[in-house]
Amino acid sequence: MSNETTATTARRGQAPRGERIADWADGRLGIYSLAKANMRKIFPDHWSFMLGEVALYSFIIIILTGVYLTLFFHPSMAEVTYHGSYVPMHGIKMTQAFESTLHISFDVRGGLLIRQIHHWAALVFLAAMMVHMMRVFFTGAFRKPREVNWLFGFLLFVLGMFTGFTGYSLPDDLLSGTGVRFIEGVILAMPLIGSYLQMFIFGGEFPGHDIIPRFFTIHVLLLPGIMLGLLVAHLILVIYHKHTQFPGAGKTNNNVVGMPLLPVYMAKAGGFFFLVFGVIAVIAAVASINPVWAIGPYRPDQVSTGAQPDWYMGFAEGLVRVMPGWEWNFWGHTINFGVLIPILVFPLVLVAIAVYPFVESWVRGDKREHHILDRPRNVPTRTAFGVAWLVAYFVMLIGGGNDLWATHFHLSINSITWFVRIAFFVGPVLAFIATKRICLGLQRRDKDKVLHGRESGIIKRLPHGEFIEVHEPLNQEQLHFLTQHEQPEPVELGPEVDENGVRRKLKRSQKLRAKLSKGYYGEDNVIPKPTVEEYKEITSGHGHH
Amino acid sequence: MSETEENLPSERETAHEGAVVKAENPFADPGLPPHEHRVQDTDERAAKRSERAVAFLFLVSMLATVAFIASYVAIPIDKIVYIFPLGHISALNFALGLTLGVALFCIGAGAVHWARTLMSDEEVADERHPIAAAPEVKAKVLADFADGARESQFGRRKLIRNTMFGALALVPLSGVVLLRDLGPLPEKKLRTTGWKKGIRLVNQSTNLPLRPEDIAVGSLTFAKPEGLEESDEEFNEKIAKDALMLVRIQPQNIKDKQELAWSHEGIVAYSKICTHVGCPISLYEQQTHHVLCPCHQSTFDLSDGGRVIFGPAGHALPQLHITVKDGFLEAASGFAEPVGPSFWERG
Repeated sequence: MSNETTATTARRGQAPRGERIADWADGRLGIYSLAKANMRKIFPDHWSFMLGEVALYSFIIIILTGVYLTLFFHPSMAEVTYHGSYVPMHGIKMTQAFESTLHISFDVRGGLLIRQIHHWAALVFLAAMMVHMMRVFFTGAFRKPREVNWLFGFLLFVLGMFTGFTGYSLPDDLLSGTGVRFIEGVILAMPLIGSYLQMFIFGGEFPGHDIIPRFFTIHVLLLPGIMLGLLVAHLILVIYHKHTQFPGAGKTNNNVVGMPLLPVYMAKAGGFFFLVFGVIAVIAAVASINPVWAIGPYRPDQVSTGAQPDWYMGFAEGLVRVMPGWEWNFWGHTINFGVLIPILVFPLVLVAIAVYPFVESWVRGDKREHHILDRPRNVPTRTAFGVAWLVAYFVMLIGGGNDLWATHFHLSINSITWFVRIAFFVGPVLAFIATKRICLGLQRRDKDKVLHGRESGIIKRLPHGEFIEVHEPLNQEQLHFLTQHEQPEPVELGPEVDENGVRRKLKRSQKLRAKLSKGYYGEDNVIPKPTVEEYKEITSGHGHH
Repeated sequence: MSETEENLPSERETAHEGAVVKAENPFADPGLPPHEHRVQDTDERAAKRSERAVAFLFLVSMLATVAFIASYVAIPIDKIVYIFPLGHISALNFALGLTLGVALFCIGAGAVHWARTLMSDEEVADERHPIAAAPEVKAKVLADFADGARESQFGRRKLIRNTMFGALALVPLSGVVLLRDLGPLPEKKLRTTGWKKGIRLVNQSTNLPLRPEDIAVGSLTFAKPEGLEESDEEFNEKIAKDALMLVRIQPQNIKDKQELAWSHEGIVAYSKICTHVGCPISLYEQQTHHVLCPCHQSTFDLSDGGRVIFGPAGHALPQLHITVKDGFLEAASGFAEPVGPSFWERG
């Protein structure tokens, strides 16, 4: 303590103000040690690394605009008669929630803009998370040590959907009220506890007077609170693990090549926040979203055609729309499979992608850290699985909008529904096969490029009249890029009998693992990459075209 | 600059070695490629141009913020303008959004342009270290934990351990109990509606009791029970179950016997609430007597007992038995089964 004082006294008048403030903070928070590790931290550069940033920034935009909206919104279901400045609604009965939404839209200057930014940012947020998740999936960035962060991201996606849904319900307009009614039906479909849950969640019979205030608390406090925590954890882990990088010259599993946080990424990432915010503000200026004044207040006996949830609920909506109406009655009880199966399939499909990293590491039997990203073609089975998952997702998105597809393209809604029912099962299988073949084809092309060079497009005529295309050999950087990936051996079951000639007992899980592993890394599922010997033999002059 | 220079030689060495290695392994990592200078790194005039471009973007942002404030003050909130191709839109929303967007975007564009053209773009490499702790660290932690556990006597004093687990397991029950008053018990609420014998059918749009002659062939009429008013405290809860739709079908076209018995001169009354998840059904096809729920496209045949002919609904629409008294339509009884989506106790 005394040393510190003397040091400060000795330098009084010399240290600049900024340094003295930093000293003060360091003495209490230890900021110098923190900055030492992080200020010049290296981040690699790639356009696809910005997708997660879009998600982060739209989340911040949602929080900023959401706080503003709470200043004017009344989450109450008390009935009022409208007398505000939007004349067409005069004298119409509505809840305070809807009335205050009209107030924000027509009486608060800039209120409509903030409402539209809030809603647009929510759509962008979910879309960015989804695309970011796909980037991480297809490049294998979820591998050790990042599996936990994958789960954090997954939870953010799921919670984001529910935060979006509860927010969508708050204005209590005809569209969102219909969505809440749908939730009531889903709750009622739960065996045993359904009708009790419905009464407890709605505070009585639908719609009651409690659901909007309750959704409000969930939407502005509970879910965003959890999400904020997960988000901070997600970012801390990104910094702690250091970012993954694509393969290339000078990039190894033990380094990270890029530019420092200060100043390059401070400017790029900080600037990118403003870019995202600016673009969403312009969208909110020119594109109306959820015009509740055109939809009207909710009444349980009214509905409009073309009712659609926000896009991220389209998958669940599709499942509910195309499920056949199966219902079982027995011993005075009813199970509504028409609703129950979709709401079970919905989480299962999501969980399938959530647990994928653990499945793959088990199949591969690999305990090492992976910091170099995979090129999707080099892991055909994973890529094919991802594409199959996406196909299932988008087929259901079509199902969720089957009425709009029917009216826009003059198709029969029944045919669309049947198409979706079949394509949900067949589509992913076809996509899996096709993707795998495309990946293997791309691997063959890579191999060909390494061994025979790049097609130059120059046609040469040989003295004896033959035409050949000149192939340009690749440079070492390109050769390295195309051959750096690992090609793991499939997990083997070992001999069927042990050293004493007794049949070994194999667990079913071991057999499954060997089978899956063969499906990933077996000889039919990977094109062996060119070896140095092959390359030398061809390039040494006895090469054949 | 000089610091990055210091970092580079090792990379350059690898690059050199790489060239040597190439003879043995043509696929070896050649190391980081040499840095290529941008025009701004070598030409100060180009750098000045970039500086001016960045400053210009920041300046535009400032002007846009001023324009934002000016629009806020100057444009009345109810002013509607025609802007091609957007149509008639709120002038204030358009002006505020556009100026805010430009103000934000230009800050971002300026910062990114600054980073891309003027800040060092030399790629450097940082080492990674394994996430897992070194064996010594792990051993120390495990030993510390063992010490702590031993000192707590947790493993030795089973009585303390078991009672603590018991207490911790029981205490959350208080929280669960507190949730009981979230809502009432279901009892018969989902099975009952406002319809019973003698209640007149009132037209939703005119609020007048319905006579049989009000229902024309091919029309779809919505009705509610007499006595239920929009101003009622629980109107929404009641109409969510009581909403009714009426159509008139030629009696010889009614296929279902019970439906015919419960109808009056071909007028049939069905619950408007879809049996799938409770949306109000509102699309009627006169020729086929099919009704379609616009939410999930469940389709019901009103000439055949409200049978489901397509879509995800699990059971037929409940029919209300109607009759005529003193020239007005009224319910001959309540609904014979619960209306709306099915639930466990429905049976």
